Amino acid sequence: MALETLQIEHVPSDHHVYAALFRDVQNVDFLQAQLIGKNPEFEYAFIDASVIISRTHLLAAIFRALNTLTEGTLQTPNVHSDIVIGLSPTNNISESYRRYGLTPSKTRDVLVIKVVYPKLSSENSTITNEVPTPASIWQHLTTHIQGKPVPLTDEELAKSTDWQKVRKYYKLNGVPGVERIDKADEEGRRREMEGLVVSGIALRGL
Amino acid sequence: MCPSAPPERNGRQAPASPKQKFAIINKTTAQPNPSATNLSPDTNRTFNPRDPLENYSTRLMDTSPQSPPTKKRKMATSTSTAAAASSEQEQEHQFPLPPILTHPSAAPPTLITQGAEGRLYKTTFFSPDIPCALKYRPPKPYRHPILDARLTKARLAFEAKVLERCRREGVPVPAVYAQNAAAGWIAVEWIEGAPVRVKINEWLGQRPKNEEEEKAALEKDQGPLVELMKRIGSAIAGLHRTGVVHGDLTTSNMMLRPPPVKTTTTTEEGETNGVSSEEAQEKAKLLEGDVVIIDFGLANQSQSDEDRATDLYVLERAFASTHPRAENLFEHLLESYKQSFKKGASVLHKLEDVRMRGRKRSMIG
Repeated sequence: MALETLQIEHVPSDHHVYAALFRDVQNVDFLQAQLIGKNPEFEYAFIDASVIISRTHLLAAIFRALNTLTEGTLQTPNVHSDIVIGLSPTNNISESYRRYGLTPSKTRDVLVIKVVYPKLSSENSTITNEVPTPASIWQHLTTHIQGKPVPLTDEELAKSTDWQKVRKYYKLNGVPGVERIDKADEEGRRREMEGLVVSGIALRGL
Repeated sequence: MCPSAPPERNGRQAPASPKQKFAIINKTTAQPNPSATNLSPDTNRTFNPRDPLENYSTRLMDTSPQSPPTKKRKMATSTSTAAAASSEQEQEHQFPLPPILTHPSAAPPTLITQGAEGRLYKTTFFSPDIPCALKYRPPKPYRHPILDARLTKARLAFEAKVLERCRREGVPVPAVYAQNAAAGWIAVEWIEGAPVRVKINEWLGQRPKNEEEEKAALEKDQGPLVELMKRIGSAIAGLHRTGVVHGDLTTSNMMLRPPPVKTTTTTEEGETNGVSSEEAQEKAKLLEGDVVIIDFGLANQSQSDEDRATDLYVLERAFASTHPRAENLFEHLLESYKQSFKKGASVLHKLEDVRMRGRKRSMIG
């Protein structure tokens, strides 16, 4: 089972975060239709894996969303959509969905995040009152996502990263902090850009 | 984190005759740089939430000679060691943890230091293998809650923005991992290594005690230290070039991040020194690494020569009092500042003026 339970620091212990990475997903259109149709069974954060550079990048966005959740200041209907806009350094919500969420017939690799936390009884979904377990989530994901599950590692994420997009979305083109690093030092440049991306996520809204 | 607020200090002095008191006041005005050592007595002025409010306000206002001989002053004298020891003892949470740190993490957060405005914790962020420094500004009960919330939020937001800006411009500063200005915390990258202050003192400490010998030794191998001064100078130049002034430059607010460990190193210096090559190499290594500027709690955006010169002046005074034995090397820092910053010459010119009159241009307030 390639569903990973993410351990994120400084998150309340009754909040559980599960994540999985699927390659070459064939039914992106279907998945996006479920999100637009607000199908309560599909309460996931679907992220286009090509804009993710590393686990730290992903964790920064998830942490931000969980923090707004515990503070009660979500900007979107639920924590999952907040994860998607959490990736953005700008405040434009619909643009964030377009850039970091699913795009029919363009997105190939999909990252799925599921957050399970004790909801107030009033907002309980009508479908089921049981708390989803990792097994049941995985069951649901594999039946509906037509793609190849791969482990969620930095190496796998790096394979599908579209740097051109990342540089554009996070305004990293021609930044002196990156340009001054020797072109040959790819790892150094990558780390510097990761730092800037995480800072960008952290500073949104200031 | 260590704002300069000397006027309050004389309230803390042990009972003194009026004359002595006057002398003390004189002294503080003559040395307008109380942030010389990072953990100067100011450190202990932070409000302890456990104290009853009345207690605190009386302590602040009490300027009468009857003020009890505060044990706090004693604590402050041995700065870094006290901080290290106290972080262990007081870890039994003398202060309540900020709410964000009450959630589970792989290793419990440790209190690193306490400044006048906030506390610094070492903890991990995102995943258990990423260390981070979390700066927390607790609410101050002596301020009106609305004002307090607004000030705390504005200051943290500003600090975060300045850090990001510097980072983009390539100035060596820690990256911002996360922040919640409204809740009063900011998490930044953990910089390995030690403060420049510690490293310089360690290096100076290895020199002979005898004055004559010391001079000779200094002549002979001050190379690495001069190099370090130059690196500091160009780091500050980079900072000023981006339009940021730090506001509290001291050698404690700079970290020396050791370079990643390499296996093959044969430095030329070591070979020329011949006999004591190994020892010299060891010593030279002490001052190796990148200078990373930290603590932007008092930073400001400014392009004026005046503010930049004040920044250098504050560092100069701090340097002279923390490292009196290396005071004469400060000129190397200024020299490298001048070389790596186009407007450096005019800033240094202004520095002359600032030296003459102190850092406050207008003596109001």
